[in-house]
Amino acid sequence: MPHLIESGEGAQYLLMGNEAIARGALEAGVKVVTGYPGTPSSDIVERLAKVAIKMNLYVEWSTNEKVAMEVAAAGSLSGVRSMCVMKQNGVNVASDFLLHLAGSGTRAGMVLVPCDDPGALSSANEGESRYFARLFEIPLLEPGDFQEAKDMTRWAFELSESIRNPVTLRSVTRMSHASGNVTFGDIPSEDVHAEFQCNGFMLDPMQGPALSMPVIYRHTEQQKKIKKAREIFENCPFNTYRGPDKPELLIITSSACSLYSREAIRILGVENTVGLLKLGTTWPLPPKLVKRYLSKTDKILIVEEVLPFLEESVKILAAESAYEIGIKRFYGKNDGIIPSVGELNPDLVAEALAQILAIDYQPVSDEYAEKAQRLATLQVPPRELTFCPGCPHRASFWSIHNALQLDGRKGFVCGDIGCYSLAMLPCGFNTLKTLHSMGSGAGLASGFGKLGSFGFTQPVLAVCGDSTFFHAAIPALINAVHHKSNFTLVVLDNGGTAMTGFQPHPGLEINALGEEVPSVDIAEVCKAMGAKVEIRDPFDLEGTRETLNQLIEDKHGLKVLILRQICALSPEKRAGKQYEMTIDEQLCLGDRCGCNRWCTRIFRCPGLVWDQQKRVTRIDDVICTGCGICADICPEGAIKRQEVA
Amino acid sequence: MTSKQLPHEPYNIIITGVGGQGNVMASRILANMLVKKGYYITIGESFGASQRGGSVMSHIRISERSNWSPQIPKGRAHAVIALEPTEGIRILKDYGNPNVILLLNTRPIYPVAVIAGEIEYPGLDEIKNSARDLASKVWFIGASDEAIKLGNPILGNIIMLGALSGVSDLPLENEDFKEVILSTIPPDQLDINLKAYDIGKRKVGLPL
Repeated sequence: MPHLIESGEGAQYLLMGNEAIARGALEAGVKVVTGYPGTPSSDIVERLAKVAIKMNLYVEWSTNEKVAMEVAAAGSLSGVRSMCVMKQNGVNVASDFLLHLAGSGTRAGMVLVPCDDPGALSSANEGESRYFARLFEIPLLEPGDFQEAKDMTRWAFELSESIRNPVTLRSVTRMSHASGNVTFGDIPSEDVHAEFQCNGFMLDPMQGPALSMPVIYRHTEQQKKIKKAREIFENCPFNTYRGPDKPELLIITSSACSLYSREAIRILGVENTVGLLKLGTTWPLPPKLVKRYLSKTDKILIVEEVLPFLEESVKILAAESAYEIGIKRFYGKNDGIIPSVGELNPDLVAEALAQILAIDYQPVSDEYAEKAQRLATLQVPPRELTFCPGCPHRASFWSIHNALQLDGRKGFVCGDIGCYSLAMLPCGFNTLKTLHSMGSGAGLASGFGKLGSFGFTQPVLAVCGDSTFFHAAIPALINAVHHKSNFTLVVLDNGGTAMTGFQPHPGLEINALGEEVPSVDIAEVCKAMGAKVEIRDPFDLEGTRETLNQLIEDKHGLKVLILRQICALSPEKRAGKQYEMTIDEQLCLGDRCGCNRWCTRIFRCPGLVWDQQKRVTRIDDVICTGCGICADICPEGAIKRQEVA
Repeated sequence: MTSKQLPHEPYNIIITGVGGQGNVMASRILANMLVKKGYYITIGESFGASQRGGSVMSHIRISERSNWSPQIPKGRAHAVIALEPTEGIRILKDYGNPNVILLLNTRPIYPVAVIAGEIEYPGLDEIKNSARDLASKVWFIGASDEAIKLGNPILGNIIMLGALSGVSDLPLENEDFKEVILSTIPPDQLDINLKAYDIGKRKVGLPL
């Protein structure tokens, strides 16, 4: 992304929504940028980390989102603009601090950028960050296209400074990971000076200490700030209307949904009957502006994704002003015209519009649709998600699964968030039996491990990744040690925050800026807590399995097994194969082997192919990464590995 | 602004395949070539789990006027590039229409259930018949095979882009390709990418 820092005002580039947000922050003169990796948000911090040294920014991947927000707030309180980026789930983690920060207030502009994932395209839930704005009484902005993603980010810092409180700029997957044309503004070049002024009068917002107390005073001040934001929003250029003066139906929408709505209006050719009010400022709503458009018609459709956040706000306003604007008919999530789960798209909005306006809408002829559906059903195979070829997790779960089968006491694994969540599927031998938030495998295991007095006898395992270990597993482990809970934690240490693109974490000797930094050793941390710790290479299948069985049989408290092997997608691994793999077709017995095609049917690495014609296994040289472990699972020794010179 | 009028406003292209085939890279190269020509381009990409064996698609919308929804409405693709054969059919089920053109790389990437021997992958002839049945014009291109001959199967995506430049009415010029690809790859990879692009062009001499 070489042009992200180009000064050329007025130049136009194709940018991802996330890049547009990063550019907007640069144009605002941001100095401190923090975050924790999470799709679809990660590119924002990554892009800024790459230009950090040149632009004199401080950028860090923090241990978790709460710490990220605290680090960013320190920048704001010291008079430098700061931004904090995370996926939606991160706001849940950071929320305790955010509640207090909204009370104490901020100084230099501070912008929180959560990226939500409607439809859970790469998440384990479709949680909403918009409600935090209402819950904590901080302004919420939602860009409706790529240019706005940049421009609103820049403006969010100014808004934050004019009310001296954090501002939320919420993106969604289809904005963050989509791309469009963006015209650049200028990047400021003035120097900044950081100092936390804290010796002034206790209630002085700029010179006093940063406190959320006295609570009633601060809360009153906070509500004055929201009132001011509401007034600013009345004349905000990011709230736009497009459509006839007296529409038959008014759509109120925001975010990527405004692009879907615009397209749906065009598909149906109802530009002359349907109006589109696109709101960039979705909390607090600017009441005069919204009332003005509500007055234009009697039928209102609210288009938004997942929960009816905007719908509720608009309905409250409409109820309060019914005596002025009359009674309205609302369409949206509550009546089911817009789905209340999953992401939207132009078709879903077009269908809703067609239903309300009683228009016949058919994307293609029945004949074509039926033919395409029939051929696809016959020919298009499902593509189940799987671990990559050469992925250490496949090896780890192979051993975990086998150890639990050998143990025979109905043991199970508690999981959390990472690529290894896939172990709930056949690719991980369906080993994972619980899946919740970051670090929750360890916390749940700590609870399961205390149920012995009620007759609970199942062995309990938990897994977490190396980055997750630092993010949220440590408190659960301390809890387990302190309460003598009996379970085994397997740390799947693949050398980085792999799922989101190898961002560094505290276990590594490098940070987001590429500087050499001290690392925190997972094994030493666990030992210091009092856990029994073992370290293995998961590619040593038998050694890993044996160690696991020993740890599972040990009934005394917390045991930790660190399985250390770098992710197959890491640059180191991609540089070349360790082994060249071949099949000895004389040795592979195929259907006649008692293994029942263990390698292709159960182990299921994409590099191993069952040859339907020859009735033997073969290696797909393009897919195989040469990790070599399948050689160890073949009972006939038909899979051969040879070290690549 | 642009010299050449678009055949449709907006013109909708879908590039589809399986994670790891260079789908995202192909869509960005194509998009940046067209941005250079002054068009508004919107790309919608599927990310996340895609690297782990799933289907991927990029929606590319080319407009003289504005950015559009990052998701193309159903039935409204004008051109589909399938880096994997069955993924092309999967896309036509949702976004196809009788006027769509299809460029299809003929080398399959088997889903796990196929390589596990649990389900069968359809024969290439069956897929070709479906493709002819669902698209107005189809080009079958052995892009991966040609790319393997060049020494790297990932170049299949560039070959398919070259093929698109040979059949579509879009202003996809060699010079623009060269300039855009140079900004994304190390300079020593330029020649092989140019070669791949040319192979794609040559492969679409005639609709089959």
